[in-house]
Amino acid sequence: MSHDPPAIELKSIYKAFGSIQANKDISITVAAGSIHGIVGENGAGKSTLMSILYGFYKADQGEIYVKGKQILIRDSQSAISFGIGMVFQHFKLVENFTVLENIILGSEKGYLLTPALNQTRTALYDLGKDYELNVDLDAEIKDLSVGLQQRVEILKVLYRGADILILDEPTGVLTPTETEQLFRILRRLRNEGKTIILITHKLREIMEITDQVSVMRRGEMVGHLNTPDTTPEELAEMMVGRKVIHNISKSPASPKGTVLQVENLNVVDDLGVERVKGISFSVCAGEVLGIAGVAGNGQSELLEVLGGMRNGTGVVQVSDQQLDLSGPKATGKWRRNFGIAHVPEDRQREGLVMEYFAWENVAFGYHRDARYQKNPFTMDNSAIRKDAVGKMGRFDVRPRNPWLRAKNFSGGNQQKIVVAREFERKPNLLLVGQPTRGIDIGAVEFVHRQIIALRDQGTAILLVSVELSEILSLADRIAVMFDGRIMGERLPEQTDERELSLLMTGIIEQGHDPAI
Amino acid sequence: MQQLPPWADAILIPIFSLLLAASLSACAILAIGENPMAAARLMVEGAVGSTYAWGYTLYYATNFIFTGLAVAVAFHARLFNIGGEGQAMLGGLAVALICLLIPWPHWILAFIFAAIAAMAFGAIWAAIPAILQAKRGSHVVITTILFNFIAAGFLNYVLVNLLRPASSMDPASARFPETTQLPTLHDLLALLNISFSKAAPANVSFLVALLACVLVWHLIWRTRLGYEIRAFGHSETGAVYAGISPFKVIMISMLVSGGLAGLMAINNVMGEAERLTLNATEGAGFIGIAVALMGRSHPFGVVLAAILFGALYQGGAELALWTSIPRELIIVIQALVILFIGALDNMIRMPLAHIYSAFRHS
Repeated sequence: MSHDPPAIELKSIYKAFGSIQANKDISITVAAGSIHGIVGENGAGKSTLMSILYGFYKADQGEIYVKGKQILIRDSQSAISFGIGMVFQHFKLVENFTVLENIILGSEKGYLLTPALNQTRTALYDLGKDYELNVDLDAEIKDLSVGLQQRVEILKVLYRGADILILDEPTGVLTPTETEQLFRILRRLRNEGKTIILITHKLREIMEITDQVSVMRRGEMVGHLNTPDTTPEELAEMMVGRKVIHNISKSPASPKGTVLQVENLNVVDDLGVERVKGISFSVCAGEVLGIAGVAGNGQSELLEVLGGMRNGTGVVQVSDQQLDLSGPKATGKWRRNFGIAHVPEDRQREGLVMEYFAWENVAFGYHRDARYQKNPFTMDNSAIRKDAVGKMGRFDVRPRNPWLRAKNFSGGNQQKIVVAREFERKPNLLLVGQPTRGIDIGAVEFVHRQIIALRDQGTAILLVSVELSEILSLADRIAVMFDGRIMGERLPEQTDERELSLLMTGIIEQGHDPAI
Repeated sequence: MQQLPPWADAILIPIFSLLLAASLSACAILAIGENPMAAARLMVEGAVGSTYAWGYTLYYATNFIFTGLAVAVAFHARLFNIGGEGQAMLGGLAVALICLLIPWPHWILAFIFAAIAAMAFGAIWAAIPAILQAKRGSHVVITTILFNFIAAGFLNYVLVNLLRPASSMDPASARFPETTQLPTLHDLLALLNISFSKAAPANVSFLVALLACVLVWHLIWRTRLGYEIRAFGHSETGAVYAGISPFKVIMISMLVSGGLAGLMAINNVMGEAERLTLNATEGAGFIGIAVALMGRSHPFGVVLAAILFGALYQGGAELALWTSIPRELIIVIQALVILFIGALDNMIRMPLAHIYSAFRHS
């Protein structure tokens, strides 16, 4: 720690959107040359705060100091001029440009490209060497892995002269191994004197890499801590405001007969790319099969075929009845007739109609049910509303107002609406994709408990998640997918994140096939 | 961004759009040396000042209700049916064939069958773009526009070569027989002892238009099909997840839309002209887009917007008759209304939302 003035000092920042106070009296001091974590639930105001720092929003009141000097940040250009750079969760790269072209994009000097490119190439070579940020400058972005693309983003920010880097949920798209590499780079950057602000909701990462951590809750700053002096449990409690049980308590599964039997399933996507390459597995009643894998290795397509949203080939049986994988019966309507419920990966684009009221969403996909009809030409909307109020109560959807549109609920409560709709029908088979993506800890815990409760009632559950901890704590068996294939199967108590991540990246493959 | 409550969205914004469009129009009228206040008075008089005026306003409004509903139904499935014009032309052809080829004993029978045929022809004309959209992804905006031209050409051919009486130089069909003439509002209101202008063309089709509004409202908000149409319109991926067939939704909503546009022919062809002419639709298919936009795709909003546009149409005709303001300026006024409601919605919405939230906080 040096005696330099703090890299960033925010004093009493306020920001409101309409009647919602997104940031309330936020003060934070980020020491120069440190890694500073900001944690909080979704909607706690982390992203708003960073957007103010990066010039996307203007604070209603408050002061910003950079390196001891009070400044006014008008837009992202002026943020960059003060040495503040931001690496976004969703990369902003041109896919068919090379790395070099992407990096100079927006900062080309002069109207001739070649001298600028050559100049940048030298500068980047030095940067890459200094920080171990090795990327092939002439590779096109679309050929790079997500981890490498992120490095390009970091290089871009460094090239613009940033010495304060803000990273917004940088590990959400990375494999555990890539995360390790990112953390190595971040440590190196810190040791070279850069200041890093890391926004995340993964407490393990905070513990592993940060020097200080600030916790936000509902738009307010709850506390600042030195990372070595705290524990994940303490941070979680500060975030949520109460004790959170992380390890879901569950009894061992008591699997019964096979419900889902998949043999040699193939899926080719719209572009003709083979996404699922002849996989076979089965799920029994009363057990959770977890599918682990890095996003984009065929898990989504697997769920979509089983849910009737996409065509495939192969043999799929549910409770000894064969499912159509193409043709007029390969639809979500027929899947529901077979007692298959589906919590899709993307609740905003698939699981809910965001413009629909909560009560309309409670019938979504089941709107053909006889109990929702008054007569063949009229739906019984009051019956749906009554059902919705009951479900929202039992699944603790807040606010419990069926006349609110889905878009006006928080992510966690949106997911609870989907879960309420799909779980309460006691399906034979439940397909769940990323059940806790982007929702707060309280809701995660709730959804996890519901999944286990449904398992104990005898539902066969296929769980797809990119969160290894989620798979490890919920699944009774774990299958790992990589490049459209199942690389191996493990029992959660006999494996760990390290082994799974090697399977997930195709580094090791299981030779023998256990009894699936 | 601040949000306006639904009532303000539905009422305040159209009113402000209208006021802005009216003040710009007043500037245009001033610029050509006429008195805007006198012009406004003349327009209002001419549109709603007498039962004769109302008869014309409601006649135009009937056309616009049908085409407005047509656009609104497709809108709910996020399909932009710009082919109302062509579908209405085909509806007109169906009405002409029914009225001319079959000797009807009573207008009621003729009316029912003409309506069914008009809907069928309009729906068929919308079905081809719908199939192209659902199966091949050909954008329905492009194909329906092109189908307007095909319809116009086809109608031209049929009128000149097939339906034109041998002795006539006019590309129009023969007059329909007496027994297919529809009762006007004058005839209907006479039954209730209410006097209404005999000369105005508003007829029983107006009641059919109102009935169509109620049915469309029921379809969109009370039936399973409407639920599926709206879900598809908001989120196609969501619809696929819920097992809703995009093909089915696109086809049905376009067929209903085309059928409604075709149904307009019972008003303009059967109710008013009583023969099929080349320019029978008078652009009502396009006005329907503005009506649906202004009516927020809600059937009751469509009725109000259709009456407003009917009044603009009729008032404009009066203005052209009694002043030196050319009829084209009325088109300018209508265009301004469409511009403010359709394209510049946010320009009015955002300041209103600011003012509204300021009021609420104080």
